[in-house]
Amino acid sequence: MITLVLRRLGSVLLVMLVVSGMSFLIFNYLGDPVNNILGVNASLNEREELRRTLGLDQPSYVQFWHFLQRAVVGDFGISYRNRLPVLELILSRLPATVELVMCATVLALGVGIPMGVYCALRPKGAFSRLLQMISLVGISIPQFLIGMLLILIFSVELRWLSAFGRGEVVQIGWWSTGLLTDSGRKALIMPVITLAVFQISMIMRLVQGEMQEVMRADFIKFARARGLTDRSVHLRHALRNSLLPVVTVVGMQIGSLIAFAIVCEAVFQWPGVGLLILQAIEYADFPVMAAYLAMVGFGFAMINLTVDMIYLFIDPRMRRG
Amino acid sequence: MSRSPSFLRRSLDSDLVWRLRQAPAAVLSACVLVVMVVCAVAAPLIAPHTPFDPGTLNLMDSRLPPAWVQGGSATYLLGTDEQGRDVLSTIFYGMRISLAVGVAAVLLSVVIGVTLGLIAGWFGGWVDTLIMRLGDVQLSFPTIMIAFFIDGIAKAVMPPDLNQATRFYVVILAIGVADWVQFARTVRAATMIEKNRDYAAAARLSRVPGIRILFTHVLPNTLGPVIILATLGLGVAILTEAILSFLGLGMPPTQPSLGALIRVGNDLLLSGEWWISMFPGLALVLLVLSVNIFGDWLRDALNPRLK
Repeated sequence: MITLVLRRLGSVLLVMLVVSGMSFLIFNYLGDPVNNILGVNASLNEREELRRTLGLDQPSYVQFWHFLQRAVVGDFGISYRNRLPVLELILSRLPATVELVMCATVLALGVGIPMGVYCALRPKGAFSRLLQMISLVGISIPQFLIGMLLILIFSVELRWLSAFGRGEVVQIGWWSTGLLTDSGRKALIMPVITLAVFQISMIMRLVQGEMQEVMRADFIKFARARGLTDRSVHLRHALRNSLLPVVTVVGMQIGSLIAFAIVCEAVFQWPGVGLLILQAIEYADFPVMAAYLAMVGFGFAMINLTVDMIYLFIDPRMRRG
Repeated sequence: MSRSPSFLRRSLDSDLVWRLRQAPAAVLSACVLVVMVVCAVAAPLIAPHTPFDPGTLNLMDSRLPPAWVQGGSATYLLGTDEQGRDVLSTIFYGMRISLAVGVAAVLLSVVIGVTLGLIAGWFGGWVDTLIMRLGDVQLSFPTIMIAFFIDGIAKAVMPPDLNQATRFYVVILAIGVADWVQFARTVRAATMIEKNRDYAAAARLSRVPGIRILFTHVLPNTLGPVIILATLGLGVAILTEAILSFLGLGMPPTQPSLGALIRVGNDLLLSGEWWISMFPGLALVLLVLSVNIFGDWLRDALNPRLK
């Protein structure tokens, strides 16, 4: 088991090395750190001076090492556009995105798993077929279209919800949350649904498939033979054993939720990290791009590692591998 | 194709056709797909207007609703956008670009993936380790994220006119590079099995050069699953392109794909002009849905073990 954990850690380190390498390339070679600090009007002498103090005259591997040292403490330089430290910018936008992604995950699990269980137990029923059709559409319809449809119905036609922004937020330390105010919660509704539809469909299909498989297993027959109630057979035996792959997929899906949050934020002008990176690309703001890449890479690596650890924890068979 | 009736007879009796008859949804999706591809390819011939010729546009006709809504005009069946372009015609042209980008991107993934997979499976050792590790690193990111980064960095680096001119190829490159790993994995696994089969050994004994065994004997035997993956990948590629274009990182408004059309329409959504974005959106959903249904069916039909 320890070798397995070490192997996973090794691959996480590899991912982080590649990602930080690319982030370094963007920061150092695409962006121009000297212009970044002095502006374009500085004299040649000032530039040379700064190049030396920044260590830009040193070989690349030394620069990379310094870049890593600064990255670890979160120093990614100053944004070209806002003239603010990149870390500060990202941290101020992070709560909006994290809240969005977390709410979408909770919704997806809360709706997707029961739907999947229902469809697995009554695969031929009319309601199951309806759910299956909806989920097929849910997988095929692009997210931005769902968001636009919601805006069209609830903002333009019915005028119930605002199409833009986060509503009022409450500051708790450096974290800002929209969950504590009415307008904040209302503003969350449409973006969260938009982000969750794909995940709901995905989780539903996955739970259904796994559970139908498990229901055919011998231990389910034995459980029935022992005279257990349907409820106990379905939920304690079948569902539990079909949730293993769901854990993996949900982990991977949180990763892609971060990616799809960019789209969702663009539709609803949600002031999160996704909108920040879109603006950074628009204005060639390389320090922000480099920092975003590094942080997203770190986030994905951590999610993957956590998923693997949970897997080891809940499935004893894996520990022997 | 052969003209002899026996060939026709045989194809109609074939297993694949029989399976197609068993699956009405697959037949329907195949028909929708054929119609959309024909509309896209023949867009210059069958589109009712020429939306990208500024000479034919009339600003008086801008923002007209669809024909059946009050204020609509029969000349513009699905209405017009803010420049007075006929929405139906822009959809035909948009599908052309969406399909072209999607197909080219999948082909690029296939070429990269199959090549690297063959090399990894054939040579093994550190070459194999290097390629597959690289794939592992890439797989820890979602495809859309990788395409987003390649595309975003390219856009940020290039000056605007160069950017405009190369957009089509950059998008294909971004999506193609983002999706090669699945092909490489499949082909590598198949190559490792095929290279030790008797027929490969026989070829080796008769002194056929290794590279020729690889391409004429091993490669064809690894391609079955690749075709299935490529069909399923086409839906993802078209969707990825639409997302990039919607974010303003894909095709420019002068050469719009379905995603870029939706982006243009999105700005007008709040003023109630829904048809400018929703009809291209509907076309996109139909296209992706029928590709997905057909791809699912193809996977089940060609691979009975999965049933």
